[in-house]
Amino acid sequence: MRRDIFQAIADPTRRAIIVLIALQAMTPNAIAENFNTTRQAVSKHLRILTECELLKQEQKGREIYYSLEVEKMKEIDKWIEQFRKIWENRFSQLDNLLTTLNKNKK
Amino acid sequence: MNSLLFDFQVDESTNSVLITREFDAALSFVWDAFTKPEMLDQWWAPKPLISKTKAMNFEVGGRRFYSMVWPEGQEFWGIEKYIYINPKACYKMLTSFTDNNENINTEFPTSEWELNFSELNGRTKLSIIIKHKTLADIEKLIQMGFKEGFTMTLNELEILLINSTN
Repeated sequence: MRRDIFQAIADPTRRAIIVLIALQAMTPNAIAENFNTTRQAVSKHLRILTECELLKQEQKGREIYYSLEVEKMKEIDKWIEQFRKIWENRFSQLDNLLTTLNKNKK
Repeated sequence: MNSLLFDFQVDESTNSVLITREFDAALSFVWDAFTKPEMLDQWWAPKPLISKTKAMNFEVGGRRFYSMVWPEGQEFWGIEKYIYINPKACYKMLTSFTDNNENINTEFPTSEWELNFSELNGRTKLSIIIKHKTLADIEKLIQMGFKEGFTMTLNELEILLINSTN
C-alpha cells in the first residue's frame, strides 16, 4: 500500500500524535496515555507514521523514543504552497479583468 | 495591489481549502466575473491554459460545462453544478471532471464549493470554502491539472495584458 504524508495527516489521532511528539521525543507508552484508545490502536498509528517517514526512532536503554521528522513535515508546506500559487495566479488574472472593467466604467 | 488581502489555508480536519481574497472593484463586477461565462473564461484558467465555457445556465439546478485547453491543444473537461444561489452574496456548486459529453469521471474527486461575496468601502471580499472528501483528493487535483501550468511568470502575464489593453 502506498504511504504518503497525506495518509499520515488524514487521521485525527495521527495529527494529535504529531503535535505531541513535535514538542518532545516520547515512548509509545507515554504517547498512548494521551488517548482513550487501546495501546494496539496507537501502535498501529505509530507504524503508519513511521512508514510515512514522519517518525524518528531512538533507542535509549530499554525504551524506544519517537520524535518528529521535521524535514518531512515541510513537504506539506511545499504542497500547500503549490496550491496557493494556483490561486494567486488566477486572482491576479481576475485583478486585471476587474481593472479593465473599472476603466470602462469611468 | 499589494495591499489586497489574500489568505490561503488548508484545514486538515475538514479536508477543506479556505481562501479569502479582496478585490479593488465593486461587488457587482466581481460577481459578474464569477457568474458570466464570457468573463469567467478570461481569468479562470491558470496560464498557459485557456478556459472555454461550452454551456452555462447560472441558476439552481443549472450547470457550467467547460474545458481547459493546453497550448498544445490537449483538452480536459469539467462541470460545475449550481446547488444554491443568493444573488450578489453567495453561491454553492459541486465540481467534477467529465468527458467531452458531460459524463462525470468518477476516478477524479468531486468537491463542494461555497463562495461568499461582501463589499466594504468599494472593495469586495470573497471567501471560498472548498470541501473535499479526503486530503488525498486535494493532492490529486493539484497533480492532474496544474503540474506544469505555472511557467509563465506574473510579469510576463502583466506585459501581455498591458499590450492587449493598449
